[in-house]
Amino acid sequence: MTAQTDLLYSETEDDLRAAVRALLADRAGHQTLLDRIETDSPYVPGLWKSLAGDIGAAGLLVPEALGGQGATHREAAVVLEELGRAVTPLPYLTGAVVATETLLALAGEGGPAVELLAALASGERVAVLAVPLSAAPDAEPRPGPTVAGVADAAVADVLLVPRADGLYAVPAGEATIEPQTPLDLTRPLARVTTEPGSGTRLADGDAARAAVRRGLLAGAGLLASEQLGLAEWCLEETVRYTRERHQFNRPVGSFQALKHRMAQLWLDLVGARAVARAAADALATGSPDAPLTVAVAQAYCSRTAVRAAEECVQLHGGIGMTWEHPAHLALKRAKSDQIALGSTGRHQDVIADLMDLQAPV
Amino acid sequence: MTDAEELRTRTRRLLTEHPPATTDRTDFLKARFDAGLAWVHYPVGLGGLDAPRALQAVVDAELAAAGAPDNDPRRIGIGLGMAAPTLLAYGSEEVKSRFLRPLWVGEEVWCQLFSEPGAGSDLAALGTRAVRDGEDWVIDGQKVWTSSAHLARWAILIARTDPEAPKHRGITYFVCDMTDPGVEVRPLRQITGEAEFNEVFLTGVRIPDAHRLGEVGDGWRVAQTTLMNERVSIGGARIPREGGMIGKLAATWRERPELRTHDLHRRLLDLWVDAEVARLTGERLRQQLVAGQPGPEGSAMKLGFARLNQAISGLEVELLGDEGLLYGEWEMRRPELVDFTGRDAGYRYLRSKGNSIEGGTSEVLLNIVAERVLGLPSEPRNDKDVAWKDLTR
Repeated sequence: MTAQTDLLYSETEDDLRAAVRALLADRAGHQTLLDRIETDSPYVPGLWKSLAGDIGAAGLLVPEALGGQGATHREAAVVLEELGRAVTPLPYLTGAVVATETLLALAGEGGPAVELLAALASGERVAVLAVPLSAAPDAEPRPGPTVAGVADAAVADVLLVPRADGLYAVPAGEATIEPQTPLDLTRPLARVTTEPGSGTRLADGDAARAAVRRGLLAGAGLLASEQLGLAEWCLEETVRYTRERHQFNRPVGSFQALKHRMAQLWLDLVGARAVARAAADALATGSPDAPLTVAVAQAYCSRTAVRAAEECVQLHGGIGMTWEHPAHLALKRAKSDQIALGSTGRHQDVIADLMDLQAPV
Repeated sequence: MTDAEELRTRTRRLLTEHPPATTDRTDFLKARFDAGLAWVHYPVGLGGLDAPRALQAVVDAELAAAGAPDNDPRRIGIGLGMAAPTLLAYGSEEVKSRFLRPLWVGEEVWCQLFSEPGAGSDLAALGTRAVRDGEDWVIDGQKVWTSSAHLARWAILIARTDPEAPKHRGITYFVCDMTDPGVEVRPLRQITGEAEFNEVFLTGVRIPDAHRLGEVGDGWRVAQTTLMNERVSIGGARIPREGGMIGKLAATWRERPELRTHDLHRRLLDLWVDAEVARLTGERLRQQLVAGQPGPEGSAMKLGFARLNQAISGLEVELLGDEGLLYGEWEMRRPELVDFTGRDAGYRYLRSKGNSIEGGTSEVLLNIVAERVLGLPSEPRNDKDVAWKDLTR
């Protein structure tokens, strides 16, 4: 890590956070989500337009010259912290980060990639990369016309499809998108099938592979911020509940055994915040350290979010096991995020390689 | 004293007089009950022969060899494991004769109306009221986490009869008629999507005083009989090596080499060792019980079971990767039986979250180990001598 790494939040970032938080509190509270997951689509109608268009969050990574806001991964990370806190179903990580970053890698080529970028940056269109949600940055693409486990394909206008001879933009109308039943009800998955040769080729083999890697690396790095926000909500909600819930004529949060668990979670969150900021900053500055920092952020924040969500359920007691309480939304998101964009083991392997900490032979 | 040989003789006589192949299932079970072969340690006339409990195995083996039907104990577990011991210990002769036979045979399902939204770990703080009215008691309140309430004919119920007394001393234990018009049962959906449990609303429910178990105000002590049996039944089943969840994980590991990583391998082996140790701990506990040396290890069983189930199923979801991101179905179902290991890994992961809450939270059980096993002093308490009505809730 270089001395210049900025691990704090700027005033602009604080303002952005406040705007996103207010929007989500107003339009996508937990009760709204609990109602929405009983319908065909968990996405709150009109919410994407407000976040992408009105707040301008969809174009944060895109330079102004290409129709975006000209901000960085640091700001996008703040948006993701808020989306994680609220477990909001929106194609932000998949569209505004992974797909957008993939296209940014191809912007030098001009043409269709640049046109699509402008549409994504304004929020007018949504694109997602047609890879499984589990795909790690260094994953080998699986051949074949069908890809399962594609997140947010249900709301995509365009699918970015990696094929052996390059990356293609395929209009959603020309693809077959079959919904799957996800563990995480707030991030729909689908099986996506496209005809070989369909769509517009954006880049050839090598450039395409590099672009996809870059998109997924940004996704993995910023997923850490989503996990941080989610874990933070879990801890806050647990603290609030255990201060109010009385058993044995005292708040259950006054029992030392419970207090210490929440204090330990807070310590884990301190670490998660530092490493999530480090990953966002490394991506923002194009630091050569980015692959390592992203791997560290994923290896740490995945388990922190899962533990925070599991503790949230447990420390809520019976009510945390019920469908009517939002804790399960966080638990299911945290568990899915643990698999998303590379498993912990995969990220550890990256660290082992980059830091020359080889496994025993 | 009834010995094994006599039990074998009696069992064979039952089989001769009521051949399972040609006897209606319920008729056979009733005949078995009346022959004292239902639970041999129960009294004569109540399905037993006052025989040592360990000799039940002799009867069960004879019956199993003859292909006789059983009473489907999983379906009526609350009745068998919790209601029956309490009825036996505290019921009048009339109550025992009325309830035990249809309970054991399975004609009448039982449920347990104990937990409330405001009284979980602190069950003794319960607020459902029972007020005397002539020969009856009138019940008002809400219960929660009630398995089988939608199937049950009867319930064991604890309610507050004296709000002026300290919480443990103002509770009374009843048998509640689930067909009373004041009983309303609503499904309680869990994070798995299923509704295994219910909320039960009690409004002006009438219970004859004859259906009270134990003295007025002594319900807490009566409930201990019920709860001791619950914890044994939750943590106590005998399992073979790789039985339970570790078997599912191990099978997936063997069948799916493409999913393996170094990280997962290390964690799999850690959990495999823990699961095998838990199995042996359970086996040792069982041997202690048979030898008449019950140990405090029983408290550890449920704790270990909960932690292991959660860790194993969590690892299995990770191992499955793409498939771990999926779930079978979210449609609300009402399963008749609790199933910890069925369905897919995602279901197991979510369902096992309840293992450290239901039947005594892991936090409460750790306190029990610390205080009753290790003899550590309890935390200072301010709730034992205060009138129930003055407690903060």
